[in-house]
Amino acid sequence: MLELKNIVKIYQGGTVNETCLFDGFSLSIPENQFVCVVGSNGSGKTSLLNIICGSVPIDEGQILVGGENITRMPEHRRHERIGRVYQDPARGTCPSMTILENMSMADNKGKPFNLLPCVNRKKTEEYRAMLAQLGLGLEDKMGVRVGNLSGGQRQAMALLMSTMTPIEFLILDEHTAALDPKTAEIIMQLTGRIVAQKKLTTIMVTHNLRYAVEYGDRVLMMHQGKTVFDRAGEEKRGVTTETLLGLFNEISVECGN
Amino acid sequence: MSLLLSVLEQGLIYAILALGVYITFKILDFPDMTVDSSFPLGAAVTALMIQGGLSPLLTLPASLLAGAVAGALTGVIHVRFHVRDLLAGIIVMTGLYSVNLHVAGRANVQLFSFDTLFKNAFVSALPAAVQPYAPVLILALIVLAVKLLMDAYLATRSGFLLRATGDNETLVATLAKDAGRVKILGLSLANALVALSGCIMCQYQRYFDISMGTGTLVLAVASVIVGTQLLRGMRFLRATTAVVLGSILYKGCVALALSLGLSPFDLKLVTAALLLIIIIAGGHSRRRGKRHA
Ligand SMILES: Nc1ncnc2c1ncn2[C@@H]1O[C@H](COP(=O)(O)OP(=O)(O)OP(=O)(O)O)[C@@H](O)[C@H]1O
Ligand SMILES: [Mg+2]
Repeated sequence: MLELKNIVKIYQGGTVNETCLFDGFSLSIPENQFVCVVGSNGSGKTSLLNIICGSVPIDEGQILVGGENITRMPEHRRHERIGRVYQDPARGTCPSMTILENMSMADNKGKPFNLLPCVNRKKTEEYRAMLAQLGLGLEDKMGVRVGNLSGGQRQAMALLMSTMTPIEFLILDEHTAALDPKTAEIIMQLTGRIVAQKKLTTIMVTHNLRYAVEYGDRVLMMHQGKTVFDRAGEEKRGVTTETLLGLFNEISVECGN
Repeated sequence: MSLLLSVLEQGLIYAILALGVYITFKILDFPDMTVDSSFPLGAAVTALMIQGGLSPLLTLPASLLAGAVAGALTGVIHVRFHVRDLLAGIIVMTGLYSVNLHVAGRANVQLFSFDTLFKNAFVSALPAAVQPYAPVLILALIVLAVKLLMDAYLATRSGFLLRATGDNETLVATLAKDAGRVKILGLSLANALVALSGCIMCQYQRYFDISMGTGTLVLAVASVIVGTQLLRGMRFLRATTAVVLGSILYKGCVALALSLGLSPFDLKLVTAALLLIIIIAGGHSRRRGKRHA
């Protein structure tokens, strides 16, 4: 169970640009739930994920995981049980290292980073098999530096890397946005499989309403730092892309555009 | 011939320095000014120990340790107290100047009458024909050991994390590791090597001088850049090998310029101009973009 209680987040507090994004925001996500989050640009989706992961501090409120208060836990400690793919494809991999080196490093998450060798050659085949699922031909490029890959290829790798080791939460921020339609489809199916296999509590931000409808067992729509729509379980199954699209239009009419 | 030997010897001594600065400048992308004082720190510790009659071999671990502490200090100031990288280094560099004076006792210490790594019973026992080459052989051995250890370290999990920290700090956090601690470790390792280089230089020239650190960082950065330029042409070289070669090459260029009649007055000016040319030509002019998304 992940709980956000009365979160207040003010950006650039104390300056003329002060903006209060979240004002008493609350959300709770039961174990193993797969939540899809949609919402217009700037509605606070990435900020929400940053708050959960500890990447930005909050001004007020509490974050609880299984009852434990993690509000003050530093970002890197929270990631012991979180796997994360960022909106920006450059952030999930190391550009100066090869595919093999990146995969090896991700494989060592959760272990001490001591003086043992990082790359285990015996595992190369295992990594190749994982990469082959992506259908991008990366399995034949193990020695290529990741900086030379395309944004979409890196993002696909980042998904694999973030879910290689045992984790409880998976945080995805528009992880298919940089992919071509066919690859996006493959990656979404892979995401669904991984989440089901590892029984992960998942939050997936997406602008693709069809994915939000097809995947997951809860859908949230955010607007100006608030949830304006929230359906889970049986009710979620009744939600269609038309419902969501209609809601989007309603909101933008309200805002006067 | 003796010019060639002295170029090789000094190039090798500065290679250790350059390997240290390679860690901060290239791997961590951290402009570490501590170097200008941790180099003489190693020398000061060495002067103190050698005057005290301790074995020259003991000066090696001692200077490594002293440098490591200096580097860690810069790291802690930067990471824990959020002081900007350049400033953190300058603060420690300034403070260490006094520490160095205290350690060495004076601004100049001569060691001509003491045993060193290069002048001892073992070296005098060598056949006369080998003796002129003893320093270069000893230095080559030390540099080789440092280089191999560094290669081995960079292939470990800890070494990978160091490379990842310079490359993409976000990923380090996602791997549930504290990038700040990795930086402190890297600065500590780098300055340990820098101080080791100062220790060896002090025994090589057989005196300590408080101002021997001035311009160390620039010299090291020049060597690193020459080395990594080499790497572009010869991809089979390991980065560490390239840095060692870069250091020797750089020292060679300076010696050549001096022997061709360049006045020592103009040396720094020419060094600066050369460095600028290499940097512009090599496309090192912009610092790698740090991402804030
Ligand atoms: N570091 C920051 N400093 C100031 N304002 C910020 C900062 N980060 C986000 N904001 C503001 O908070 C709001 C929400 O941003 P956020 O990135 O969470 O949006 P988003 O829902 O992820 O949008 P998108 O769909 O475009 O990714 C925006 O108005 C943005 O300008
Ligand atoms: Mg976003």
